[in-house]
Amino acid sequence: MPFGLLKYGLSRDYPAKHHFTPATELKKHYDVVIIGAGGHGTAIAYNLAKYHGITNVAVLEKSYLGGGNTARNTAVIRSNYLTEEGVEFYRESVKLYNNLSNEFNYNVMMENRGQLTLAHSDAAIRSFRWRAEVNQHMGVRSELVDRQTIAELVPNLNMSEDSRFPIMAGLWHADGATARHDAVAWGYAKGACERGVELHQLTEVEDIEVTQGRVTAVKTNRGRVECAAVVQAVAGASSVVAKKAGIRLPIHCYPLQAMVTQPYKPILTPHVSSPHVHVYVHQTSRGEFVIGGGSDPYPLYHTRATLDQRESLSAAALELFPFLSQARMLRQWAGTTDMTPDYSPIMGLSPVENYYLDAGWGTWGFKATPICGVTMAELVATKKVPDIIKPFELERFYNYEQINEAGATAASH
Amino acid sequence: MKLLTCPLNGPRNISEFTYGGEYHPMPDPNKTDPRQWAEHVFFHDNEAGIVTEWWCHSASSFWFLAERNTITDQVIRTFEASELFNQRVDFAAESGDNS
Repeated sequence: MPFGLLKYGLSRDYPAKHHFTPATELKKHYDVVIIGAGGHGTAIAYNLAKYHGITNVAVLEKSYLGGGNTARNTAVIRSNYLTEEGVEFYRESVKLYNNLSNEFNYNVMMENRGQLTLAHSDAAIRSFRWRAEVNQHMGVRSELVDRQTIAELVPNLNMSEDSRFPIMAGLWHADGATARHDAVAWGYAKGACERGVELHQLTEVEDIEVTQGRVTAVKTNRGRVECAAVVQAVAGASSVVAKKAGIRLPIHCYPLQAMVTQPYKPILTPHVSSPHVHVYVHQTSRGEFVIGGGSDPYPLYHTRATLDQRESLSAAALELFPFLSQARMLRQWAGTTDMTPDYSPIMGLSPVENYYLDAGWGTWGFKATPICGVTMAELVATKKVPDIIKPFELERFYNYEQINEAGATAASH
Repeated sequence: MKLLTCPLNGPRNISEFTYGGEYHPMPDPNKTDPRQWAEHVFFHDNEAGIVTEWWCHSASSFWFLAERNTITDQVIRTFEASELFNQRVDFAAESGDNS
């Protein structure tokens, strides 16, 4: 074994297989162009190739695979939402996640650790009871739990009644999970490329040609590409890209900041969030504590980290887990969130006939990745909007039929 | 600490202010259909670049406008709303309509 390792280390031909094919020249024409090679873009490509036989597909990425908000999110998977449309959608996504490693034959490190949301007020308990009822009705494991159960689920949580906001109850979501976010994008990209999809990194879409209500081509920094259909999957830059096709969206972009400590021994199993003190905490399988969920108070495309957020996130995390006071911070970062007025995504048809939207992913994009791939691929292949994403169409804003998703973010509402 | 200069109160910590949305001239209520209202209320330009937007100094409830670069997070200038609203706005419905 040591000799094998030595041979491997000294080998001139790196023996590891590439996960995906390196970029080649852009073709003149593709059946489908997908803008954005994050989890969503690669998931759509994967499903088009594997289940619909559409392989003349290019995924165009201005930077590198999974390097945008796929890399920046905090990898929370859950389906304990509040609206029926939302719960149904995310429930299917969690089901797909549970089988994703098998689907790819590639480990996405899915861990079903459960998720606990804390109530520090009577109003929160009422809303959790409502959420638990809706969730159970829709077949999602979600229940209201008392202080004793919380102490058993998370023994190192600060249950003191003398804290500023004592914990009164919780919403326990046994289906809650986490997975390796990079591996999700890599797995989809690998599977898509194996089936003939082309991944073009460092390829930025600069303009989109629309004639008579149809997209005919996209102009990139590497040349012009004709296409029969375009899907945009660029959460965080949705308004900027859609504008190139002449589409205006009901989105404002806010940075969402998170930070992570040095790795420690495993002591925290579930994901714990508190909408009241505005924080969520979980420990990754590497041992780092991820502390997240602070939105900046005004729209911005910059992904800088601020001292204000570090201060408020730290204060909130210490209220829940006082032992973190000795923890050393490794890094702090921000991702750009597409915030919609109703906290639901915008998926499906657009005012341009063969241009499809996968936008408005706010703070709920990662957990929706697998179901997004399935439904958006079905839409592109069949030109029919799948029932499960019909409520999320852009047109809902003109019809005053918003989906008010009050269970959208773990650390707000 | 990031500062924002209020036209009334001078430079203050940005945490004293509330962001109030993009500045768009309101459409004429007498000539606007529900679709146009939806566009005005829900949709945004969400520009990556220089935008004009509403801000309020929460402590004094003073509303004003700011030009800000949403890529660099730099405030270019702040100014009183009277710079853009220099005429009286009449909200009254036209007589005879919907009566």
